[in-house]
Amino acid sequence: MHELADSSGTGAEQPDGPRLVRREVLALGGGAALAATMPVSAPRAAATGTSPAAGSTATVPVRLVVNGREVSVEVDPRRSLLDVLRETLGLTGTKKGCNQGACGACTVLLNGRRIVSCLTLAAMHEGAEIKTIEGLETNGELHPLQAAFVEHDGLQCGFCTPGQIMSGIGCIAEGHAASPDEIRFWMSGNICRCGAYPGIVAAVADAAKRA
Amino acid sequence: MTTNVIGNPLPRVDGRAKVTGAARYAADFNQGGQAYAVIVGATVGLGRVTGIETAPVEKMPGVVAVITHRNAPRLPYAPHKSYIDPATGERLHVLQDDQVRFYGQPVAIVVADTLDQAERAAAALRVSYTAERPLVDPADPKARPVVPEAGKQPDARLPADTARGNADSALADAPVKVDAIYEIARENHNPMEPHATVAAWNGNRLTLWSKSQFVVNEQAEIAAVFGLPPENVQVICPFIGGAFGTSLRTWPHVTLAAMAARQVERPVKLVLTRKQMFFMTGHRPRTLQRMALGATADGKLTSIVHEGTGETSRYEEFMEALTSVTTFLYSTPNVRTRYRLLPLDIGTPNHMRGPGEASGVFALECAVDELSYKLGIDPIDLRRRNEPAIDEGENKPFSSRSLMKCHDLAAERFGWSRRLPVPRSMRDGRLLVGMGMASASYPAFHAPANARARLLPDGTAEVEVAASDMGPGTYTSMTQVAAETLGLPVERVRLSLGRSDYPPAPSHGGSWTMASVGSAIRAACMAVQEEAARRPQDGRPVEATASAQRDPDVAARFSMHSFGAVFAEVAVDPDVGTIRLRRAVGAYGIGRVVNPRLARSQCIGGMIGGIGMALMERTVLDPRDGRPVNAHMADYLLPVNLDIPQLEAHFVEEIDPHVNALGVKGLGEIALVGMAPAIANAVFHATGKRVRSLPIRIEDVLSV
Repeated sequence: MHELADSSGTGAEQPDGPRLVRREVLALGGGAALAATMPVSAPRAAATGTSPAAGSTATVPVRLVVNGREVSVEVDPRRSLLDVLRETLGLTGTKKGCNQGACGACTVLLNGRRIVSCLTLAAMHEGAEIKTIEGLETNGELHPLQAAFVEHDGLQCGFCTPGQIMSGIGCIAEGHAASPDEIRFWMSGNICRCGAYPGIVAAVADAAKRA
Repeated sequence: MTTNVIGNPLPRVDGRAKVTGAARYAADFNQGGQAYAVIVGATVGLGRVTGIETAPVEKMPGVVAVITHRNAPRLPYAPHKSYIDPATGERLHVLQDDQVRFYGQPVAIVVADTLDQAERAAAALRVSYTAERPLVDPADPKARPVVPEAGKQPDARLPADTARGNADSALADAPVKVDAIYEIARENHNPMEPHATVAAWNGNRLTLWSKSQFVVNEQAEIAAVFGLPPENVQVICPFIGGAFGTSLRTWPHVTLAAMAARQVERPVKLVLTRKQMFFMTGHRPRTLQRMALGATADGKLTSIVHEGTGETSRYEEFMEALTSVTTFLYSTPNVRTRYRLLPLDIGTPNHMRGPGEASGVFALECAVDELSYKLGIDPIDLRRRNEPAIDEGENKPFSSRSLMKCHDLAAERFGWSRRLPVPRSMRDGRLLVGMGMASASYPAFHAPANARARLLPDGTAEVEVAASDMGPGTYTSMTQVAAETLGLPVERVRLSLGRSDYPPAPSHGGSWTMASVGSAIRAACMAVQEEAARRPQDGRPVEATASAQRDPDVAARFSMHSFGAVFAEVAVDPDVGTIRLRRAVGAYGIGRVVNPRLARSQCIGGMIGGIGMALMERTVLDPRDGRPVNAHMADYLLPVNLDIPQLEAHFVEEIDPHVNALGVKGLGEIALVGMAPAIANAVFHATGKRVRSLPIRIEDVLSV
């Protein structure tokens, strides 16, 4: 029974009124505490004085280094890093499982650290280095953890797998892969509904040994 | 050349695609110029839509359409039902009227240029209702059980009532009895991949990149809804990110995606939110069961009475095999089963891994465990004393049955002999330790299937079938079947799945894919070899399509099921009531194992699903409006890595010459069945407290 903190998503609804969109809450820096009370405009709309209902058409420029390549994009400030990867840059290897930071399917490395890309706004990461599942192979050779996932059958449907692998790389780099129990603990933010956990632990342990 | 690849533990042939992000799931099929659709769901549980303020939302940036029941096209909704749809009732017609039948039912769809704009606009849409209090609590006295229509016929596949002997009088006369009520919470499938459809029209032709376990049925259903010839609809789904039953049916969001795409004359992408998957795409129904056993003092069962009720919606009668296993698992002259439905103001439930069997076997196997303590007989021994020679419900021999072999193997691997029989007698420091076990069973189904095989001049082969792979390893195991039949190494065989224009296959569920599709692939590979032998070698590809189905004579002569045994050890903290599964061992008799590596993974995955059912999973509805209050992956508890201890899955040697030419029985479902009762029985052994409701929670054992 995982004990990840609740995210603000479901608390934000009012039955018949305008509803607060999660990203607006995040953008305001408020989190769940702000959620239930009143409609709040998107940041750009508020700044320019337009009404909340009108929403925002403004975009902001962001420069990211994705898998070693520099990309400059104009993004909606509400857009999560995940949606920029998937919908703007076409990097669909990173998956959206819950969009609430509770499943880990969208895990990527941001400046070398693992992060759930659905819970962070792309506009916050000017100049950041992003590594996704598409950037792991070197000259057609699988990353050792990718190879270990195949070898130890650490996957079934494969949907959580990109997030598991990115999280596993982070887990190893953090020094949290010394024992199966430690791996289980530090990989518990990545849910696998097919139940490939024993293979995932074996794969991370194997790759950690080789690292 | 013979390759003998069936039985080899090959790594997944699609492993590389899945670890590199190259495998594409429905929402990954972005189309040029696509718009994004977001569903607005009802915020009341029962009533009517009285107003929708579309005008302000239509003016919002990027919004291209707001579709409601007022402006949606009236769709033909021609009659169409597959065997995976409820036999009685009519599917939800989406945006065709103002009625709200359950919380979250789609009342509008907003389409915009970008996802952010669509989400924002959907959140801003004001909808007003006249609302009544929905009936969502099965314990509400206003909830009235009904006899399922499709269960009334004497030859019904899921009969509402069955009886042999006189179970009630035998129960009354029995010297030893167990008579108890078992309750199981509503569960949601929660595959990692949300439901998603990308819809694109080209004139009167529609392409759907859509998450589906049954692409040919999705094609037929959407063709019926829109009044199109089926060949005008193409459904593409090469990979499924888990489904466990939720993508067997074609749900209304697929219709909405197609409707929106036609309206805006652009491709439209529609992905359900995690929350929407808690009320729009089916669930394992809540069940309430009475299980009564009568036995002699030396442990011979004299009677079983099994009465079960499952929830359904108001508009469809969803049925599952809740009482089926009770009629044949053990030998007893007197059995009565009764199955009823409880219509509520909810969306229609649907099949979830081990549908019916997982719930029914929980009640039966917990009751048998209770009986073992009353009798003072070891639980395995009690089962051995009631091992039947034939299926006494059908009065037919089993094609094969390895139940006691499974118990013996699992007991030995588990170390059952170390168990002290008395509850609360085993401790590890201050923790209470318990060991429990249960039997499992699931039918060895088979459905007609077709496949196409093509031999290419370069010595490779292609095989095509409209089946799916939601994770068990269908791509790999079917490649093995084709390679073995063709006498080719697996590297020379390329299998393609998940297109509705491939030869039709049955739904990818019910543990029948290997039996059904595997047999069809075998037949197609044999046919293409015959064709190649007949034809002169002219350097052109040779192709053959073939079908396979079960010999009706075999089905008439034999009862065909998989059997298994599951053993579990738990540790319960007597002070704070936390329950930890410490280890579990499963042994299964499933006929031939095509790929032991993948079969083991599939079994362990099913066991983990059972751990969730036993200790965590529960969708809670607010009785005021039917809203699921824990509709996200943080509060709908399910097993994470740290919850899963050492698990073992073993297969007993089982050669079944009758079940099909491949000798396979399937194992996707049986792996889940049996886990929950094994854990519940272990919790009793640890604590002396019998918990008869799932999931077992801290508060259930706190008073120990």
